[in-house]
Amino acid sequence: MTVTEDRPLSPAGNPMGFGRMIRKEDVRFLRGKGNFVDDVNLPGMLHGAVLRSPYAHARIVSIDTSAAEAHPKVKAVITGKILEGLKLAWMPTLSMDVQSVLCTDKVRFQGQEVAFVVAEDRYAARDALELIEVEYEPLPTVYDARKALDADAPIIRDDLEGRTDNKIYDWEAGDKAKCDEVFASAEVVVKQSMIYPRVHPAPMETCGAVASMDKVTGQLTIWTTTQAPHAHRTLYALVAGLPEHKIRVISPDIGGGFGNKVGIYPGYVCAIVGSIVTGKPVKWMEDRSENLMSTSFARDYHMDGEIAATKDGKILGLRVNVLADHGAFNGVAQPTKYPAGFFHIFTGSYDYSAAHCNVRAVYTNKAPGGVAYACSFRITEAVYLVERMVDCLAFELKMDPAELRMKNLLRPEQFPYTTPTGWEYDSGDYPRALKEAMRIAGYDDLRKEQVAKRANGEMMGIGLSFFTEGVGAGPRKHMDILGLGMADGCELRLHPTGKAQLRISVQSQGQGHETTFAQIVAQELGIPPEDIEVIHGDTDNTPFGLGTYGSRSTPVSGAAAAVVARRVKDKAKLIASAALECSVDDLEWEQGRWFVKGDPEKGKTIQELAFAAHGNLELPEGVEGHLDASVVYDPPNLTYPFGAYICVVDVDKGTGHVKVRRFIAVDDCGPRINPMIVEGQIHGGLADGIGMALMEVMAFDENGNHLGGSFMDYLLPTSMECPSWELGETVTPSPHHPIGVKGVGESATVGSPPAVVNAVLDALQIRHAEMPLTPAAVWRAIQDNPISRPDLAIE
Amino acid sequence: MQVTMTVNGEEFTREVEPRMLLVHFLRDDLGLTGTHWGCDTSNCGVCTVQIDGQPVKSCTILAAMAAGHEIRTIEGLEQNGTLDPVQQGFMQEHGLQCGFCTPGVMMTARWLLDKNPDPDTETIRECISGNICRCTGYENIVRAIRWAAEHPATEGASA
Ligand code: FES
Ligand code: FES
Repeated sequence: MTVTEDRPLSPAGNPMGFGRMIRKEDVRFLRGKGNFVDDVNLPGMLHGAVLRSPYAHARIVSIDTSAAEAHPKVKAVITGKILEGLKLAWMPTLSMDVQSVLCTDKVRFQGQEVAFVVAEDRYAARDALELIEVEYEPLPTVYDARKALDADAPIIRDDLEGRTDNKIYDWEAGDKAKCDEVFASAEVVVKQSMIYPRVHPAPMETCGAVASMDKVTGQLTIWTTTQAPHAHRTLYALVAGLPEHKIRVISPDIGGGFGNKVGIYPGYVCAIVGSIVTGKPVKWMEDRSENLMSTSFARDYHMDGEIAATKDGKILGLRVNVLADHGAFNGVAQPTKYPAGFFHIFTGSYDYSAAHCNVRAVYTNKAPGGVAYACSFRITEAVYLVERMVDCLAFELKMDPAELRMKNLLRPEQFPYTTPTGWEYDSGDYPRALKEAMRIAGYDDLRKEQVAKRANGEMMGIGLSFFTEGVGAGPRKHMDILGLGMADGCELRLHPTGKAQLRISVQSQGQGHETTFAQIVAQELGIPPEDIEVIHGDTDNTPFGLGTYGSRSTPVSGAAAAVVARRVKDKAKLIASAALECSVDDLEWEQGRWFVKGDPEKGKTIQELAFAAHGNLELPEGVEGHLDASVVYDPPNLTYPFGAYICVVDVDKGTGHVKVRRFIAVDDCGPRINPMIVEGQIHGGLADGIGMALMEVMAFDENGNHLGGSFMDYLLPTSMECPSWELGETVTPSPHHPIGVKGVGESATVGSPPAVVNAVLDALQIRHAEMPLTPAAVWRAIQDNPISRPDLAIE
Repeated sequence: MQVTMTVNGEEFTREVEPRMLLVHFLRDDLGLTGTHWGCDTSNCGVCTVQIDGQPVKSCTILAAMAAGHEIRTIEGLEQNGTLDPVQQGFMQEHGLQCGFCTPGVMMTARWLLDKNPDPDTETIRECISGNICRCTGYENIVRAIRWAAEHPATEGASA
C-alpha cells in the first residue's frame, strides 16, 4: 500500500496524503475556542433539569408539581402525563423495544426520568426539582441478573402486553451438535465462569442538548452530543412525528463519546418538548451522576465458557453460555439481525471448527444500554472470553501462554478465513504480530526475570492477549439499525480555484476526522490537505449516514471519501482530455495532475482542471460542468484489524496493589493514514483496558442502588496508573477496502483488558479472578478468598 | 452579591448569587467557555484554572471566594496571539483528541513549568494526576509537556 513519505510536502509542510500530520482541529481546542454543546448559548435560552427516581423499582402513586410551578423562575414543569397527551411518554429504543421518556406508571431503575423542569437558569431549574413531590410505592427489585428468570422474580416490563417473565431473548450461533461431539471426545476440557462487569464509557463531556423550535417556520434545531446526527434526526422524526426536513441536528464539538452518545436519551426529547412548550430554546446538560447512572452502560455479561483441546495444546472447540443483563429497557445499539451484537465472533484468532454460543438476555432494574465503551458491538466481551479461556487452558496444561497461542493462531495462508460462526476474516498475518510483540517485550528475558523474582518471593506477571476485531459495520444487506442500512454518503466539491470541501456523514468525538479525511482526499487527488475542508456534524450540510461508532468511520466513510475522490479524478480526466485536446486513453495520472502519455510537459493540474470545469471550456459530450461528486458507500464486508498485546505487572503482596510496569501493543490496522492519530487512539484504548481490568465497575446493592454514581466511586485511570505505552505495528491491508485500511478506534479497548487480567493472574499463579482487580480483590485472591460477585455489593 | 475579580488581566464586576461556582461564573457570566465542567465531585480537573498562579479546580470554589483574586483561564494562556509553548507542545505531540480535558491539563502544566522548567516524566505524571483524560492514555500529554519544557523560548506559531 502506498505510503507517501517520498512525496514532496505541501506548501504548508503537510504530507500530500498519508503520513504524520499535525491535526487541523487542534488550534481551536488549544485556545479554548472549541464549541461543545454546553458552550452553545442562544438568546432567551432556558435551562432544563430532570427529576430522577431514587428507587430502582417503584410504582408512582402521585406527582405534585404545584410548588415547582409556583417558583418565580420556572417556565414549565413537564411530567409523563403531559407527554402522554402528546404521545411522547414512550420512545422506541435502538433495539425495537420502547423506553419511557418520563415515567407514567412505575420507575424501573434508579435514576430514571420522572419529570422535567424548565427555568430561567440552571440553578433555578435544580431548585425546582426539590419542590416536586412524588409519592412512590417501592417494589421488590431484580438487582441480580442471575435471579431475573426465577419464578418469583418481579415482572419489570408489565407495560408490555402479555409479559410473564423478564426474558428479552434467547439466541444462539454455531453448530451445537458438532460442538458437543468434539467436547465429548476431547482429551482436555477446561471450564471457567467469568463476569464482564457493568462499566461505563464516561466521556469527559456528559450528554446534553440545546433544542430550539421556531414556531413560525416549524423548524426544529437541536445541538446535541451525538455520534450519529443523521440517525438521530430520523429518530426524532419517528418519535415525535415531526417532519424530517424541518429537523436539523447539529453535533458540534463532542467531548468524547466511546459509544455513550449513540442513543437518544429522554433528556434530549424533554429539551425538545420544553422548547415546543415555552417557545424558547432549552438547554439540558446532565451532571456526572446522571451520566453514570442513567446513560448507556457497557458489558454486564455473565459468561460460562468451556474450551476443549488435546493434551499437547491443540485447541479443538469453544462453547459458552451467556447471561446478558440489559437493564430495564432493551436499549442496545447494534445491527438488528444480531441481538447479542457481534459476540459470536468469540472464536477469536485461532484455528478450530467447533464452536457454539448461547446468549440469554434479561431485564433487570438497572439503566438501559449495553453496547458502548468502544466495544465494537460486544467484540470486547468475546475477546475477553476467548483470551481468558486460552489462558485457563495454558494454566491447566502448564504450557507457556505464548507458545499455546502460537500453536493455535490462524496461519496467513488460511485467509480469507470463514469462522465456525460465519464471519469472513478478510486478511491477517497473526504469527507475525505475536512474534513482533514478543520481540519488543523481550519475552524470554521477562520469563527469566519472573523466575528470579518468584525465587525471591516477589509477584511479577506477564499477560498476553491476541485479538481479532470486526469493524466497519456494515454491508447493508446484513446490517441496519432500526431499519436504517449502515451505508454512508460522502460529497466532494472542488471550488474553481482548486480548494475542496468534503462532506462526511460520520462524526468525530476526538478522532481527528478533519485531518484524516483531508489526508485521504489529498492522497487520491494531490490537493494539499490544508486546502481541503472537512464538513461534518450538521445534518443540513452533510449527506446521510449512520455515524461514528464500532470503529466504522475509516472503514465505511473513509472508503466513501476515497471513492468520491476517485470519481472526481475520473471526471477531471474527461475535462483534461478536452483541455489538452487529446483522447482520454492518452492520459496518464501522476499525483495531482493528468498529462499526455509520452509528453509529460503537456498536462493540467487538478486545480487547473477545477477552474476549467467552471469556465467556458467546451466539455465533451455528456460531461456537465463543475468538478464534484457524491457517493454512498456500502461496505462489502467488515474489516478485521488484529493485534498482539503483552502486559507486565508487579503485584504488591501486602496490599494487593497492581503496578502495570510495561504494556506492549502491536496493532495491525492496515496502512495508517496518520500514524500519529492512530497511535493516539491506541494509547487511549490501552488506558481503558487498565481501567476495566483494575478499577472500573458499576455495582448494585439488593435494593438496586447504584454504587458507582460519581467519579469518587467509579474510578477512571489517571496518569499514575498508566505506563508509557510501547507500540509496534505490522501492516496487512484489507483486500476489499479501497485504501486497504481497517479501522483502529476500538482495537485497544477490545484487546487490552484480558492482557492486564492475564498478567495479574500470572503474577498470582491462579487460574481466574474477576475484574476489576482492585487492590482489595487482588488481596482477597491472594488470601484464597476471591470476590465472586464484583457486580454486587453483597455476596 | 457583587463580585470583582481580574480574569486574564481584565477586571470584571458582576452581580452573582452567593452560591454560584466559579466555573459557572466564568462560563455563563463571562462567556469564557474554554474552561469546562465534567463532574460533581471535584475529581476530573477539566475545570482547572489558575488563581494567583496556583492551579485550582474552579468547580470547588465559589465565584464569591475568587473575588479580589487574579484568575487565568485557557483563553489567557496565549500571549499577544502567540501560543504558549504548552499549547504548541500539545499540538506537536498530539496531546489532545476530543479536547475537553485539554484546557484544564494545560493550565496545570503551565503552573508546573513555571515552578520547575525541566520536570522529568514521573514529575509530570504526578502533577497531572488530578486531570483525567479519557482519550489519550496520557502518554502524549506527558510528551507534550516535555516538548514545552524543551522549547521554552520558542517564538511560537501564531494563534
Ligand atoms: S468539574 Fe470535575 S473537577 Fe471540576
Ligand atoms: S482529549 Fe478527550 S478527554 Fe482528554
